[in-house]
Amino acid sequence: MTRIRIEVDGKTLEVAPGQDLLSACTHEGVQIPHFCWHDALGSVGACRLCAVRLHDGPEDTEGRIEMACMTPVTEGQRVSIADPEAAEMRAHVIEWLMRNHPHDCAVCEEGGACHLQDMTVASGHHKRRYDGPKRTYRNQDLGPLLTHEMNRCIACYRCTRFYRGYAGGRDLDVMGAHDRVYFGRYQDGPLDSPFAGNLAEVCPTGVFNDKGWSRDYARKWDMAATPSICTQCSVGCNIFAAERGGRLRRLQNRYNGAVNGDFLCDRGRFGGLHLPEDSRLRAPHIAGREVTEHDALEAARSALSAGAVAIASPRATLETVFALRHLVGEARLFAAVPQLEAGSVARMAGLLAQHGAQPLHALEHCDAALVLGEDLTGTAPRAALALRQTARNAAHALAGEKGVPCWLDNAARVAGEGRRSPIALVTALPDALDDIATWPLRRTPDEIAGFGHAIAAALRGEDAAPEAQAVAAALAQAKAPALIAGFGAARPEILDAIDAIACALAGRARLFLFPPEVNSMGLALSGVTGLEGAVETLESGTARTVIIAEADLVERADPALVERLLRAAETVIVLDSHNTRLSARATILLPVADWVEAAGTVVNHEGRAQRRFAAYAGAPQPAWRVIAALAQPTPGWQNLDDVLAAMAQALPQLAPAREAAPDAAMRLPLGAVARAGWRQAGRTAHDQTGGVIRHAPQTDGDSALTFSMEGGRGGDVPPALRTDYAVAGLHSASAAPFVTVANGGTLKAGDPGINVLAGFAGPNAAPAFALTGEGLIPLALHDPFVGDEAGRRAEFLEQRCVEAQIVLHPDDARHLHLNENMALTLDGQAVDIGLRIDPAIPPGHVGLPTGRVAPRNLGRHVQIGRQE
Amino acid sequence: MKGIFDSLWRVGRKLTAPKYTEAYPEVKPQLPARYRARIVLTRDPDGQERCVACNLCSVACPVDCIDVVKAETESGRWYPETFRINFARCIFCGYCEEACPTQAIQLTPDFETADYTREGLIHDKEDLLIAGQGKQAGYSYWAVAGKAAEADETGARKPPVNLKDLTP
Repeated sequence: MTRIRIEVDGKTLEVAPGQDLLSACTHEGVQIPHFCWHDALGSVGACRLCAVRLHDGPEDTEGRIEMACMTPVTEGQRVSIADPEAAEMRAHVIEWLMRNHPHDCAVCEEGGACHLQDMTVASGHHKRRYDGPKRTYRNQDLGPLLTHEMNRCIACYRCTRFYRGYAGGRDLDVMGAHDRVYFGRYQDGPLDSPFAGNLAEVCPTGVFNDKGWSRDYARKWDMAATPSICTQCSVGCNIFAAERGGRLRRLQNRYNGAVNGDFLCDRGRFGGLHLPEDSRLRAPHIAGREVTEHDALEAARSALSAGAVAIASPRATLETVFALRHLVGEARLFAAVPQLEAGSVARMAGLLAQHGAQPLHALEHCDAALVLGEDLTGTAPRAALALRQTARNAAHALAGEKGVPCWLDNAARVAGEGRRSPIALVTALPDALDDIATWPLRRTPDEIAGFGHAIAAALRGEDAAPEAQAVAAALAQAKAPALIAGFGAARPEILDAIDAIACALAGRARLFLFPPEVNSMGLALSGVTGLEGAVETLESGTARTVIIAEADLVERADPALVERLLRAAETVIVLDSHNTRLSARATILLPVADWVEAAGTVVNHEGRAQRRFAAYAGAPQPAWRVIAALAQPTPGWQNLDDVLAAMAQALPQLAPAREAAPDAAMRLPLGAVARAGWRQAGRTAHDQTGGVIRHAPQTDGDSALTFSMEGGRGGDVPPALRTDYAVAGLHSASAAPFVTVANGGTLKAGDPGINVLAGFAGPNAAPAFALTGEGLIPLALHDPFVGDEAGRRAEFLEQRCVEAQIVLHPDDARHLHLNENMALTLDGQAVDIGLRIDPAIPPGHVGLPTGRVAPRNLGRHVQIGRQE
Repeated sequence: MKGIFDSLWRVGRKLTAPKYTEAYPEVKPQLPARYRARIVLTRDPDGQERCVACNLCSVACPVDCIDVVKAETESGRWYPETFRINFARCIFCGYCEEACPTQAIQLTPDFETADYTREGLIHDKEDLLIAGQGKQAGYSYWAVAGKAAEADETGARKPPVNLKDLTP
């Protein structure tokens, strides 16, 4: 793209055209004080802080004061930020914004990482002249996730712009008039949107904050942040995991332009925090009795020598999967999910390799979308947020035709006339995205693939149903139609329908396929097949031991199949970080690190391998180390890089995963990358030795990060290792746009992660699927707040989950003589959850909350009955 | 050479200077009120702890010898769950007192902080908290903070906004 030249305080900048002056300066690293502007939310000119003097060209000597966020950049502009009149105006604006702001930074969680503090300092306002009474508000109880302290509000409207305009929420709004505007709900209660947690970062001051963090609080400067990858779905959002004293305090968004941009979902933000300690597995056990690590490892080694199969989890890292492969051999490694799911994910990988994998960011730029069978808000919430932006592209295009740029947010909304990009939502149940869908279509899971094929037929010019014709016409007209599917409906044939549509669209289609878990894709790329193989091997007697890493099988496979596996195995070795339903059945139980406690690489839905790192020292061993210790002879792996090197040799497909982050030997001029900020406090308060440190500083051999404040930081740090945004004078999340090339663009040093799909040849068709048995058709119910087995225990998030219930259509309930007060059985087994009767469920189907009573991939009918 | 004789002269003239003996510990020295020694945590005029666990003393401390952990009452008032100072590390610079927005942490003229064990030099909240207001009588942070914690009758704030009010 051609770039234009502007002059800012005598310095010439080359910037991209078609943006506002504030964005242009920000991405060039030039700071202009601002509040209401947000790189993802555009400009509204609400706060009047970004005043600069603007000269149109060399001949314009006088110039005028303008709001930088509301002014488009044009060739030859001369801008003065330091201009005395502009500086005076900014000082007045901040003084006026601060007039009613309480004097409570000391008791505000935001203090120390507050955009308002930063801007007040930047504008030089350090003495309050106003000494009259301040405006106050009544605060609301916004549920378990967020605090609300309205007195601190400066009315920048970022919260409502995000919540209503960006995330499509309805229950937060601005009320009142004059200088009494109020941002809150109509009444007390939890915020509905599964993206509400972002308000804690979007709010430039302390009105909304993370409630869990507030309860286990540490100032930002006292916490050490580690780059990590969220583990709650297959999107693989980048996060900062902040800890103090060996305890995880807060998860925050880490900008990755290709994946999550500025926002996370609540499942990711709160799902890894405040897990009850009693759920944690801390010591090795044999047959339920606590033993020493040595005894447990010895027992495991001797059990393994009798012949073993290994079962790898879709939430385990590539390194753990490879370590298991090394331990038992390629032929004896199986997935913790049935072939139905493993084969489907392999098919997804193949389709993405064939049609081109797209980062999630690309979804926001599509101009039409078809969601085939996926409850996107429930299975990959961050992708649902991206789809909400897709819907706005038609409005942006219309505004563009009228000459209104899309960054001019309010004007673009008016000029866009509320027009929406065509989105077809083909799901079994009413969907959270129905409000943005042009065609919210309900089909039973078995009809969805057929509908997809009808669209493909219509695209090929064949005859099809009117609805399929309409969707096909919209997809055919679009420049970049998005095809979205996944495994949420547990129907692999949907993927074949997606393939047919993509072929009919002749290369224009952009595929977004969401496997169920964080490393499902990595497991498929490792060539691992379904759990049935493990059962057969054990039942044939060629293996007697099963080793299962980081998977509660009951969550992921048919309980009947799991039961067969456990019966056939003489010894069950389980490696996990938490107690699960499976760990209760283990012969030998070995504790391993939690996802946030160990370095590892995971592959997200688009085949992007991303690395996360241990958030604190002193955690249990990562699973791959424990597995390596069980192998005979022990592989000589010293650190993660050695495992990755061995993996690259054995599995060339995954060789690029080594480049997901710099290796552990990387050093900056100042050494390794420091996790802790330079002003971490209180380090000698507990020091009883009077100055002599008796233990060696804790080191991290698996990454180029250190557990201290000594080391490199800032702009030199490779993006995959960044521990903060490191922008001078800015301490809050609002510093993110300074490290990107454009609004919503990539990081200046490139987005972390590397695609490992290239050249992958998947299966030609999805696994054959037919429901067996008699009874009702299971329908997996997904919940945006429910993650994996560990995340479901998160104390604060748990309160936001919908109550787990079995859901039946009224006709079926009547037929089975069931009502909502009865205790139920599922396939003859008593279940501890109740019944809800809901006409939205298609007749003949039964809604089962995922992982709670049945796995998501139950390939057979189920029987619901009454407990006697 | 000049320097050597100058030093000899300066030292030598002390031979004739009047002599005095500091009778410590029998006679305690009279130190000014602003002398910087033992650190205490003071209380509000109404007797509640002043410290709000904001961590500013902790971050101001050049030797990092203060550790504060925040807790919150049901009414939203912050207080320190842990407040620990390692006097083996403290250099009595007084930065913590300067940083304190609530006048809670104060240095006092009591300099007799020696102990026989290093553990004894680690003072926790119960060792630090005194009954009175210290040097800053009458100051109450919560009266001026403006956080909707406890009701304040100081008049520094208006009653909560009526959202239904449409008057200009």
